[in-house]
Amino acid sequence: MATAPRYWRENPSRYNMYGIKCNSCGRCFFPPRVICPVCHRKSVGKMETIKLKGEGRIFSLSEVHEGLEELSLQRPYVLAMVELDEGPKVTGQVIDCDPCDMKIGTKVRVTLRKLSEEGPSGVIHYGYKFIPVPENAP
Amino acid sequence: MKVGIVSYGAYVPRYRITPDEIGKVWGVDGKAMGKGLMIFSKSVPSPDEDTITIAVESARNMMRRCDVHPKDIGALYVGSESHPYAVKPSGTIVAEAIEASPDLMVADFEFACKAGTAAIQTCMGLVGAGLVKYGVAIGADTSQGAPGDALEYSASAGGAAFLIGSEKIIATLDHTYSYTTDTPDFWRREGQMYPRHGGRFTGEPAYFKHVMSGAKGLMERNKTAPKDYTHAVFHQPNGKFPTRVAKQLGFTDGQVKTGLVVPHIGNTYSGAVPLGLSAILDEAKPGDRIFAVAYGSGAGSDAFDITVTEEMKDFRRDRAPTVKELIANPKFLDYATYAKFRGKIILGSE
Amino acid sequence: MTMRRVAIIGVGDTEFGELWDASFREIGIKAGLAAVASANITADKIDAVYVGNMSAGRFIEQEHIGALIADYSGLARDHIPATRIEAAGASGGLALRQGFMAVASELHDIVVVGGAEKMTDVSDVESAMIQSSAADQEWETVLGATFPSLHALIAHRHMHEHGTTRDQLADVAVKNHKNGSLNPKAQFQREIKRETVLGSPMVASPLRVFDCAPSSDGAAAVVLCPLDHAKNYTEMPIEILGSGQASDTLALHHRKDICTMEATKVAAARAFKMAGLSQKDVDIAEVHDNFTISEILAIEDLGFFKKGEGGKATEEGRTSLGGDIAVNTSGGLKARGDPIGATGLAQAVEIVTQLRGGAGKRQVKDASVGLTHNVGGTGATVVVHLFRRV
Repeated sequence: MATAPRYWRENPSRYNMYGIKCNSCGRCFFPPRVICPVCHRKSVGKMETIKLKGEGRIFSLSEVHEGLEELSLQRPYVLAMVELDEGPKVTGQVIDCDPCDMKIGTKVRVTLRKLSEEGPSGVIHYGYKFIPVPENAP
Repeated sequence: MKVGIVSYGAYVPRYRITPDEIGKVWGVDGKAMGKGLMIFSKSVPSPDEDTITIAVESARNMMRRCDVHPKDIGALYVGSESHPYAVKPSGTIVAEAIEASPDLMVADFEFACKAGTAAIQTCMGLVGAGLVKYGVAIGADTSQGAPGDALEYSASAGGAAFLIGSEKIIATLDHTYSYTTDTPDFWRREGQMYPRHGGRFTGEPAYFKHVMSGAKGLMERNKTAPKDYTHAVFHQPNGKFPTRVAKQLGFTDGQVKTGLVVPHIGNTYSGAVPLGLSAILDEAKPGDRIFAVAYGSGAGSDAFDITVTEEMKDFRRDRAPTVKELIANPKFLDYATYAKFRGKIILGSE
Repeated sequence: MTMRRVAIIGVGDTEFGELWDASFREIGIKAGLAAVASANITADKIDAVYVGNMSAGRFIEQEHIGALIADYSGLARDHIPATRIEAAGASGGLALRQGFMAVASELHDIVVVGGAEKMTDVSDVESAMIQSSAADQEWETVLGATFPSLHALIAHRHMHEHGTTRDQLADVAVKNHKNGSLNPKAQFQREIKRETVLGSPMVASPLRVFDCAPSSDGAAAVVLCPLDHAKNYTEMPIEILGSGQASDTLALHHRKDICTMEATKVAAARAFKMAGLSQKDVDIAEVHDNFTISEILAIEDLGFFKKGEGGKATEEGRTSLGGDIAVNTSGGLKARGDPIGATGLAQAVEIVTQLRGGAGKRQVKDASVGLTHNVGGTGATVVVHLFRRV
């Protein structure tokens, strides 16, 4: 039911974790926003596009049994809120993992996967999901 | 101007299934099948993976290992026989995902299992002619075999990407030669889900004729012999064909050992020689010579003569996983889960 | 600035459940007519109508709900102003606030405020998708989150940070089902045990089916009137003493602390300030328990219990019918039902009924001050109202 332009517009953030930094206060935000919610008008003209590394730790998680139709082949799947190294938190699926091994604090990084497709003849949407990384990964 | 590989990266999905598990469902002795094919397990893509996500991860691993700025990439080609779209290139999405867009040439390639190496040849030409500074050639696939067909035991998923340039080359692409004929050994018509093949016709008149001709053609033109090479990799639809053709050409088991990845991950089609070459580059030392021959049904072979340079000593291979590391932590599936993942079960519709 | 004081002079509601035979407009009108009848007023006295509704556009492909309700309640012929208010789950509470503001500002005198939702004309899959549009579509739903799974993230973190237990979550549902069994209009009228909750199918760990409010059809309505004239219409007007509203980030991952709904704290503070009351004055509260964890957060963030102690308080019976403060005597969203746009008004109907002494078996003795708490999304909109028997 979604439209191609609506997804396409967000590709820089969904493919490459582009966020924004307020050079007035130094805070990072994801996804990008027009003005800083703390500095308000002072941030106009001072917002700088930044690319987040896509690395962080699980802040909370849940094993989803009644989930999105698009993910029915992966039921049950792990959904997590991840705190990225730069500060912002994001929500996404954790994949290629053993659900019982995923805990609050587990280190993860982003990878590109299919998010959904608009039926067998529709556009395929890609975006970030998380995979666990070893504690001592470079 | 010398042209060669500046960096490379690979990716193999985590899931596996054994020939034994497949055989159980179809009343076939899967273990014996696997033994005959020299395939002990094949890789299975997750429902959220496809040729594009595999190509992206391979290309990102390739970029992690070098310091080339993505905007210096002038061309990017993805070769596959399982592009997610029949019309809309995989390459544009990969280019965006590695931030090479928008100033570059992109197209998708198809030539059965040698689409990835055809892309390497194209990049060699563009770089050599000075038309681009760097070109990216990717071979990736998530191929399917029809349920119960012999190909179901081997068709798997994986890929590798190569950054071709003329500076900081870790392996020069010294020569390339291709042998091409119209031979209908294996094909898939537009709109069909599974390929068809000519059974035993895929052997002597197809794989062996073209790989032998490609190999001999390259060695004749450049006056080399098997003993000149440290490593050799041939297209690997199973473990038997490349082992046999290597022997027939005069290569030893020791030469083909490193590049033979099919026994644990199956036939990754357009990813087969690229992954085998990656496995070799994972261990190659400066001065090593590599002989590579890819085969694509339809039919043709692409042969390469490659020399590893001193630059390999400083190559940051550790910034991305080696092929060995990629396949180290597999998760085995039963046939039902495999069939679900691969879309072989007819689902209801809204 | 002094505002005119506002009272509720009539209430009405339908039963909540899967009402296959009733259409959206029938449900809405039924509740409105009941409220108007109970207020002893005639149609010509009504100055304006406000309707809370989350998503008729997707549930029944109908927008322009204000006009629809005005039309089918017979008021469109008199061209009264009719407004539809949307704030996801807080649509009803927010509609009540708009009606309150209209009367308090002296713009209108008699105002009918209703809420209605018809959720069962679409498939379960479609219904879940519509409900998840209360969250952040682009950055939560698209990435794999469903509405229950977001609350599961809250529950898991609350258990991690504050030691809330799986049993304590279950106790919320057990209490609300017990209350629901005493409410003839509740969707579910049977008592359950802890085991019922813990043995029900998993939805999103740790939340199971019995931790989640149902989808429902239903409507509820109240009639507002200036306090000064209220006794012309009813012997038992109930004054709306305070109204507070607050917003917060749309996405749960942008909140300062996902174990606290700050919008609840702020909306409550604003309502208490307007009313000149504090938590200890409140006898009875209808809070937004679309998930068991939500009631735990609510009783903490409304200030009835310290942060982290909501689970223990529930377990100890402090929010049960005979407890320190009776929470969700109607059965809550869990047992009474949750037709999204109607919920905020159904909460008000329960409080009014209790303060008037008309709650039968679930009556809270000597209830004189009540509170309603209505939430949109995972806490991006919260509306709190305080009521007192006059």
